[in-house]
Amino acid sequence: MNAQAAPRLPFAQPPSVVMRRRRAVNITAIVVTTLAAIFPVAILIYIVFYILLQGHQFITPDFFTQLPPAFGDSNGGMGEAVQGTLILLGLASIVGVPLGLFTGIYLAEYGKGVFARGVRLMVDVLSGLPTILLGLFAWAIIVIPSHGFSALSGGVALGIIMIPIMTRSAEEVLRLVPESLREAALALGIPQWRVLIQLVLPSVASGIITGIIFALARIAGETAPLLMTAFGNTFWFSGVNHPVDALPLRIFVFTESPYQVQINQAYAGSFVLIILIVAASVTIRWATGGFRRQAR
Amino acid sequence: MLDEAGATARSIRIATRARAWRTLLNDKLGDSALRWLTYLLVAIVLGIIAGVIWVLVSGSWITIQMFGLRFLTNRAFDPVHNIYGVAPAIFGTLYTSAFALFFAAPIGVGAALFVTEFCPRFLRVPLAFISDLLVTIPSVVLGLWGFLVLAPWLITTGEPWLQKHFGFLPFFQGTPHGLGLLAAGMILVIMVLPLIVAITREVMTLVPTEQREALLALGATRWEVIRYVVLPFARSGITGGVILALGRALGETMAVTMVIGNEATNPSWGLFNTGYTLSSLIANTFGEATPGPFISALLETGLILLIITLITNVLARVLVSRLGQKSVGGFVA
Repeated sequence: MNAQAAPRLPFAQPPSVVMRRRRAVNITAIVVTTLAAIFPVAILIYIVFYILLQGHQFITPDFFTQLPPAFGDSNGGMGEAVQGTLILLGLASIVGVPLGLFTGIYLAEYGKGVFARGVRLMVDVLSGLPTILLGLFAWAIIVIPSHGFSALSGGVALGIIMIPIMTRSAEEVLRLVPESLREAALALGIPQWRVLIQLVLPSVASGIITGIIFALARIAGETAPLLMTAFGNTFWFSGVNHPVDALPLRIFVFTESPYQVQINQAYAGSFVLIILIVAASVTIRWATGGFRRQAR
Repeated sequence: MLDEAGATARSIRIATRARAWRTLLNDKLGDSALRWLTYLLVAIVLGIIAGVIWVLVSGSWITIQMFGLRFLTNRAFDPVHNIYGVAPAIFGTLYTSAFALFFAAPIGVGAALFVTEFCPRFLRVPLAFISDLLVTIPSVVLGLWGFLVLAPWLITTGEPWLQKHFGFLPFFQGTPHGLGLLAAGMILVIMVLPLIVAITREVMTLVPTEQREALLALGATRWEVIRYVVLPFARSGITGGVILALGRALGETMAVTMVIGNEATNPSWGLFNTGYTLSSLIANTFGEATPGPFISALLETGLILLIITLITNVLARVLVSRLGQKSVGGFVA
């Protein structure tokens, strides 16, 4: 690029064959990588807008307040799936937030040496596991002993998926707290636990909340682990010991439905999921100053 | 008078001493309480990971004893005749993932090169935002698009076209089905691309600026900088990122389940065939599973998936972290 922009100096040789070839290769590289970058962006924009366009017309107040329509019926909504997703997210937070947060605290504040490295590796491994395996785990420890699918097991499965995401974000923000702050507080005679709870954690609260939102956005769309735990049904929530519906589960079932009404509902459900996740991403970006800061 | 002063001094002394004891107790208690609470929760997390492995191993014991290694080579997953095997599922998993990486790896690395080397500054932030967003699109939504849009298009337009122009290749022979390995592979390309871009981009930003500048000062073109500085430096990181994406592709469940057809065919190169993967097999048959060998077979399928993804993940982490250590030193031959 810059080679071409340079002015031709009077004493410079005319570009040789080698030089021309190098420039040609350079331009080819630029074109090819540009196309490679356009491709995924174009696909994303196309899919998102296609689903938003298909889905928005079926978003009505009924969608959030009514149960799914009976076969052949044309009104109704996915109220129970929206409700179920919120309940599952709540249950998952109860499990995932403290476990993930404290593992992050351990890695940033206490952990040293081989054991901490082992914990970090294990958390990485957990984040790489296919989520369906965590569904199998929750199924084996909760569904089998209690003889039934339940909201609780679904929440546990989703909560386990939250752990590594929470851990990573908590560790990252805790490491941003300058060591001098901790040392100054300790030098004033403040005990370590007070330094941590009253000084360090409040100073990174926004970072930790960002991490929670990020984790919730990730698990809101999880389907596979819910198949064998929350299971899904078309009734309102009736207790944590009973199956509960979720948006992604309902989308999955209705997508393969032979009835156009239900397919429309699946589009509308996807619309809601995408809006939720985009809203979460924008919030995170905004909260962390990502729109202003130079992306690396 | 004197006495009063002494009493005051004494009481102050006692009060201070009591408070000192209280805070000391408090500090010690608080410190160790917080410490042990942290240890306890970390232990629970480690216990969960161990529990996942234990559940899959102990739960699949019946079929491990019944079939041994034949579980890997049996073609049938047949609860009626009590014969279980996952050969088609392993084939489907590896084939669709290989397809996905074959296309996603070069495109992803190219896109990352564009972002780090050529991209105008004002485009960087929106591009990073969009590629982060693509990572978070729920797989069930991509599955919906694949099932309702991609598969119908493939059966009417895409697959006949491929057959007409590339029908001599073994990949494009057979009857177009729409749903099948090709649709699954294409969905996986879309799913793993942003992951590869994200990791590769991060690795490439670790390349020391001095090295780029040194080469530019020698009169190298941008491409030569990429070819002789960026790519050699980032090689192990790129490999790690691609393997990490492979792990994602191997374990992806919903989007694949929705478009792969879920019907076993004899393993062949034909991309138009339907098939299933390890995870889609679990997702599809779990609802009708009965206790005994059936559930055991499903859990063993999960165990195989676990082993495959564990290997790919650990390998990827090692490769990526090795690069992290290397960049600390600054100069690399």
